[in-house]
Amino acid sequence: MLREGEFRIPSGCAISGVIDKTGKRFSGGTIVDSIAVMRERSNGLGGGFAGYGIYPEYKDYYALHVFYDTQKSKAECEDFLDRHFDIINLSKIPTAKIKEITDEPLIWRYFVTPLPTKLAESQMEESEFTARCVFRINTQFDGVYVFSSGKNMGVFKAVGFPEDVGRFYRLEEYEGWCFTAHGRYPTNTPGWWGGAHPFALLGYSVVHNGEISSYDANRRNIEMFGYKCTLQTDTEVITYIIDYLHRKKGLTLTEISSVIAAPFWQEIRAMEPEIRQKHEYLRTMFSAQLITGPFSILVGFDGGLMALNDRLKLRSMVVAEKGSKVFISSEEAAIRVMEPEIEKIWSPRGGEPVIIKLNDEVVRG
Amino acid sequence: MNFIYPENEIVRNEKRCNLCRVCDTQCSYGAHEFDEQSGQLNSDDRKCVNCQRCVVLCKQMALKIVPSGNKYKENYNWREQTIKEIFRQADSGGVLLSGMGNPGDFKVYFDKIVLNASQVTNPSIDPLREPMETRVSLGALPRDIERDGKGQLVNNLPPRINLSMPVMFAAMSYGSISLNAHKSLAAAAQEMGVLYNTGEGGLHGDMYSYGGNTVVQVASGRFGVHPDYLRSGVAIEIKMGQGAKPGIGGHLPGTKIVGDISLTRMISEGSDAISPAPHHDIYSIEDLRQLIYSLKEATGYTKPIIVKVAAVNNIAAIASGIARSGADIIALDGFRGGTGAAPTRIRDNVGIPVELALASIDRILRDEGIRNNVSIIVGGSIRSSSDVVKAVALGADSVYIGTAALIAMGCHLCRSCYTGKCNWGIATQIPELTKRLKPSVAQKRLVNLLTGWKHEIEEMMGGMGINSIESLKGNRLMLRGVGLSERELEVLGIKHAGE
Ligand code: SF4
Ligand code: SF4
Repeated sequence: MLREGEFRIPSGCAISGVIDKTGKRFSGGTIVDSIAVMRERSNGLGGGFAGYGIYPEYKDYYALHVFYDTQKSKAECEDFLDRHFDIINLSKIPTAKIKEITDEPLIWRYFVTPLPTKLAESQMEESEFTARCVFRINTQFDGVYVFSSGKNMGVFKAVGFPEDVGRFYRLEEYEGWCFTAHGRYPTNTPGWWGGAHPFALLGYSVVHNGEISSYDANRRNIEMFGYKCTLQTDTEVITYIIDYLHRKKGLTLTEISSVIAAPFWQEIRAMEPEIRQKHEYLRTMFSAQLITGPFSILVGFDGGLMALNDRLKLRSMVVAEKGSKVFISSEEAAIRVMEPEIEKIWSPRGGEPVIIKLNDEVVRG
Repeated sequence: MNFIYPENEIVRNEKRCNLCRVCDTQCSYGAHEFDEQSGQLNSDDRKCVNCQRCVVLCKQMALKIVPSGNKYKENYNWREQTIKEIFRQADSGGVLLSGMGNPGDFKVYFDKIVLNASQVTNPSIDPLREPMETRVSLGALPRDIERDGKGQLVNNLPPRINLSMPVMFAAMSYGSISLNAHKSLAAAAQEMGVLYNTGEGGLHGDMYSYGGNTVVQVASGRFGVHPDYLRSGVAIEIKMGQGAKPGIGGHLPGTKIVGDISLTRMISEGSDAISPAPHHDIYSIEDLRQLIYSLKEATGYTKPIIVKVAAVNNIAAIASGIARSGADIIALDGFRGGTGAAPTRIRDNVGIPVELALASIDRILRDEGIRNNVSIIVGGSIRSSSDVVKAVALGADSVYIGTAALIAMGCHLCRSCYTGKCNWGIATQIPELTKRLKPSVAQKRLVNLLTGWKHEIEEMMGGMGINSIESLKGNRLMLRGVGLSERELEVLGIKHAGE
């Protein structure tokens, strides 16, 4: 049977996220409760979480989360890691044996920093060096998959219903200032853990509900810039686009949302000259990064969370606030279970981003 | 021995004919003749080129042109066409000439490709209810963004051309076609927000007002090229090759170099206008770079430069070279692309199908990370809106249509353009004939064609769940091949249907 990445699987999904603007940490159990409410939107073929602020004691090191098929692949990968990184700490990722989650691969975690000599030799920034190494491992090593590579954050995912995945990874034992979750409803599945979401690169993680129609246009474009889409999933290509526009091209998050969920030309024509010129520029310069078709995404990044819908709003998404916390979810019910007494709730318009940065006001649109 | 029985027969239904004599006065080839004495209309099948002018104009529906039915004793190897060509050459000792593009039974890949549509997991979009964007912008893109002191984005885009839809009218020179045909194309381009192309014959004084919708061409003969001409359009096209006759120049006979045409081409009346096969200042890629930058200098870096090449064996590497030479746009012309006249052997045997060439170019430019250096326009031949959609999904930014535009104006593909006696007033300079083409009417027909195509493109995009043509560009997952070999699929970069 073909493995995920060798063909394309359409999926429907549920997403949920919560962030504390003050950076106060809370238990990952919250997000597990939230995504559990939307069990109907998943079909047991994939679930996962991203947590930010969960490794304060190692916050300056890249936390690599890795799936291994065999001990042999583990040895090969560790040999590679040894030659490129200083490994500060390594361990199995703690899991709970539960009957709902089976066939687990070997799941390991490494806290690393690039070897200074290798880094100098490469003439790259630390982040680019790390990203390239992750690509190399994922494309060249059999039976190895690095599924998380940011600092002070981590992704936890598996084949199963998301709430079971949460219990499996003992998510309630982690504390962070932001969590996102994903329940997957793929139309068919090769049952590979790496194919579950979130998808992450460095500090960026994406959970996504939808099926984008621009996929191959986006993929073929982003692959020009050193990215390799090995999974053939929307989430993967969206993550790379965000990494490319944010980290490599230096666009702001608001600008990025104007690129990937660009306003229509007819709207642009009606704008004030200065704003119009900005949008004309972004749409022309980054036309290949426009994403069409239904999507709602939550993008976790170092220092915050962004939510965005496609420009026609073809997928549901609601946002709510209570005190210093902001909640975002496919369904209101999944928010109410986290916080019954919400103060403010709204449905962002298509293409209107909601950007929450630590110690900052919530930015809408 | 040299008599070749006509291919077609003019059939006149005497019962219907009311002797109005429209056919006889309309036919520039003299295929119909009125005999004053007998009061009868006769026809001469030998003179008929089957341009259908009389058939269309006969109000009585008394005329039709049918295959004459005369047959040689042909076999698979020695077909009638082949035999006839030998007769002709044995008679004349000349090079055989033909009009229009390669007619051979090579696969038309566009017809072996099918499109996707959304079902269940992703909604299709109704173009009647939701905005559907077909606007495209062509030209090079810079590598990085720039910001000013206040952190605002700076517009650092090189000059570009913007089109309301990814269709442009291909190069057809004034001289090879009439001024009225040019006016129709220009006015239609203006109305639709797209561009037409002057071809290599310079620009008639009346046409400068359409500058905002004009691509001016610079070909190997450099006819009609001067600073005002270069500055008059929104882009400049260097014609290196033509799909119908790669490696071959052009020849407009002196009989067509009359009046304004001689003025516009800047050559004396009656002299043949011969475009050499190569540009004699371009023998290599670095020479092309020099010409590109000369033209940019001459126009103060305000116009994108298009380099037009024919689809030939090594086209992907050639395109990659062009993309690194300062060109903003590559125009690719396939062997089905039309022409007034081309040597038959060249037309039928040189060049490759444009679908394969396009797919290879798009792939190699991406592999090399330089796809954003250039846009790609593809032509030769795009026949319908579905060809447009497939070309864009294979990787084109826009298409050129030539033959389809001519047909919209009335051309019936009789392939006798080189005679200069086009009954439809298109490929002729004879005043009585050119006045048959009314720019206002032809413009409307061209606008209708593009409007119809635009609606169809929107329908197809909407079906795929795409509401901006940018998301279709190079989106090869939207395509599937039917009945193609693995090798062909690999070159096209698409999957087989059912996969
Ligand atoms: S145009 Fe038709 S009706 Fe008139 S003379 Fe010719 S055949 Fe007869
Ligand atoms: S343009 Fe050429 S092919 Fe078309 S009708 Fe006129 S002569 Fe015939």
